[in-house]
Amino acid sequence: MTWELAANVVTGGLLIGLVYALMALGLSVIFGVTRIVNFAHGEMTVLAMFAAVILFRQFGLDPILMSPIVAAGLFALGYGLQRYLVAPFVTRPEHEQFILLLAVAFALTNGMLIVFGPEAQGILTDYSFDSYEIGPLIVDKTKAIAGLISLVVAALLLGFFRYSATGRAIRACADNLIGAGVVGLNVPYLYALTFAIGAATVGVAGCLLSIIMDATPVLGPELTLLAFIIVIVGGLGSMTGALLGGVLIGVSEALAGLLFTPSLKSMLSFGLLILVLVVRPQGLFGKSGAR
Amino acid sequence: MTDFRTDNNGKTRGSRALPVSRRGFTLGAAATAAVLGAPGILKGARAATPLKIGCLAPLTGFFAREGQNCKRGFDIAPALLSDMGHTVEIMMADTESNPDKARTAAEKLVNEGAQVLIGTFVSGETAAVAQVAEQRGIPHIINVAAAPQITEQGYKYVFRNFTTGPMLVINGLGLIKQLMQKVGATPKGAVFMHVNDTFGTAMSKGIEALYGRMEMPFPILETIAYDPKAKDLSVEVAKAKASGADIVFPVSHGADAILLIREMVKQRFEPAGIMTPGSPGTYEAQFYKALDKYSEFVMANVPWIDPSTDMSKAFTAAFDKTFKGELMELNAGFSFEAVLIAADAHARAGSADPGALADAIRATDIAEHVMIGGPIQFDEKGQNVNIKSATLQNLDRMPTVVMPAESAQHEPVYPMPGWRDAARK
Repeated sequence: MTWELAANVVTGGLLIGLVYALMALGLSVIFGVTRIVNFAHGEMTVLAMFAAVILFRQFGLDPILMSPIVAAGLFALGYGLQRYLVAPFVTRPEHEQFILLLAVAFALTNGMLIVFGPEAQGILTDYSFDSYEIGPLIVDKTKAIAGLISLVVAALLLGFFRYSATGRAIRACADNLIGAGVVGLNVPYLYALTFAIGAATVGVAGCLLSIIMDATPVLGPELTLLAFIIVIVGGLGSMTGALLGGVLIGVSEALAGLLFTPSLKSMLSFGLLILVLVVRPQGLFGKSGAR
Repeated sequence: MTDFRTDNNGKTRGSRALPVSRRGFTLGAAATAAVLGAPGILKGARAATPLKIGCLAPLTGFFAREGQNCKRGFDIAPALLSDMGHTVEIMMADTESNPDKARTAAEKLVNEGAQVLIGTFVSGETAAVAQVAEQRGIPHIINVAAAPQITEQGYKYVFRNFTTGPMLVINGLGLIKQLMQKVGATPKGAVFMHVNDTFGTAMSKGIEALYGRMEMPFPILETIAYDPKAKDLSVEVAKAKASGADIVFPVSHGADAILLIREMVKQRFEPAGIMTPGSPGTYEAQFYKALDKYSEFVMANVPWIDPSTDMSKAFTAAFDKTFKGELMELNAGFSFEAVLIAADAHARAGSADPGALADAIRATDIAEHVMIGGPIQFDEKGQNVNIKSATLQNLDRMPTVVMPAESAQHEPVYPMPGWRDAARK
């Protein structure tokens, strides 16, 4: 094994890890505030991928340029979902929440199967097959663009939660729900807004994924699982954790494929998950004793 | 249209008659039967109660695309077979790309009255259905599934009209060897990239066992197994490129074949040839749609529809009429043939008794059919050993037979032009 090969593989893993991280970030945002585990997360991502595919095929619109539009659509979907479907379940037992969101996931997958069919559908842009040659490195152009945009969106999201008044209000709900209510914050609205922001993040991630991999309705559960692994490894509810967890999973899967055998890539992800659950159950960046 | 008849021995034969209409053909066949007193046709007439055939395919889930292709073969079978004097009723069931669901679906079909089972495409599912067939004493005709162990269990009711993994490998490697002799090339070596499911592993074992024995003119430099559900194959392709191989042997299913080629283009890996020794994925509509010009010149050595037989022409015409714009491929062809085998056995057995049907299937001898190869006959294990492969090369977004010479539609192009070569349009 040459160092050029290792560098190429690690770069690829890092870039795809950033996109995975953005997707998982949505899950982490939703859980971190509402404590709702979105089991339909992967399916929502696939929905965004299909939206990008349709916009591209019907109108020739580039998925990256369309990501704000798709994000807006997912924002509306997320808001409606939380406000009118999930909200009554917030105070109900967790297993009822799980079943509800699993039902949403099944409905989305089968709805997409009916509408789009079972076949994988991809996007063929002018740059789909391009790569940058930087010395010994050959960097996939789609992954480079997607990774960079993921990083920017993640930074914007972190900035929003840290510096904006609405972001601080949402964090207040996450820190102390009763206190937030006492000081007059509109908790149902903020919960719906959080779900919507999480869904919008997924909308951007779906658009970015659509230029990297083909969309198919059955991809949903796999992406949900991947998002779960990332946020559990990074720390449930921690945005920084989700970001670093994504990169860690992306790079470690790539290295496992290189050092051992590619078919062991997923095993390493699950191995990491088990290790984290045993050694540090709150995740690498999660707070100990989190609810 | 072709005149297909069932003779005294129950063999389905095709005479290369002048084209006639379907009605003309039916009347002609009936008149011929009346004049010659052909018992096969009469038996077919006695068996006018339709044979209930339970067809299983992964219509949804991971293998949905391939399952839908199988279904197309099942869908056009009743009308085509009706022209041949057979009456069949197709009972379609979805295995959902899941062996457990396949088992349940097979049980359900038998409970609902299926007299023969056909399916499924996925080796793991097929093994589950074969167990049900054997337990319930219902004949099971495998349309597509290559894992050799399915017909190595001593089953009495299981028949496979498809190649096993080793047969695919022997046929495929044989054609690759012939290709290298034909074009006078001596590659440095190959990298073998395969999915690590039942099918891919069986193919891998086959290649490992047979490669040296077949005295191939170049070595395999590296073998890379990957997850069939992988969403990203960049590491796999990086390793393949680093191996120094100039031939790639992919054993893929569908979406993974697209991922492999896409990554090769992006990573600027320029092999002289990409040729599967016997797997799907590279000659399907989705492959052309997703890769466009990069799908060109990729080769596959697989069983294929014989463009020269009358029955395949009739099959092709019916397929094109029913599924306008869809690309016909081997899954549809083998699925149709499986129904043909069941109907032919039903006509000869003169009943739908499972034992009599199984005996009749065992004695099958169909000289003219759809796929390349000799007559459809089963050995003592229930395996058709007469199926041959063809080398297909993607030319103008169509799988084109380039070998063997007797069926070739075009000369092979080797080495294939580079990814950025102007020859790719």
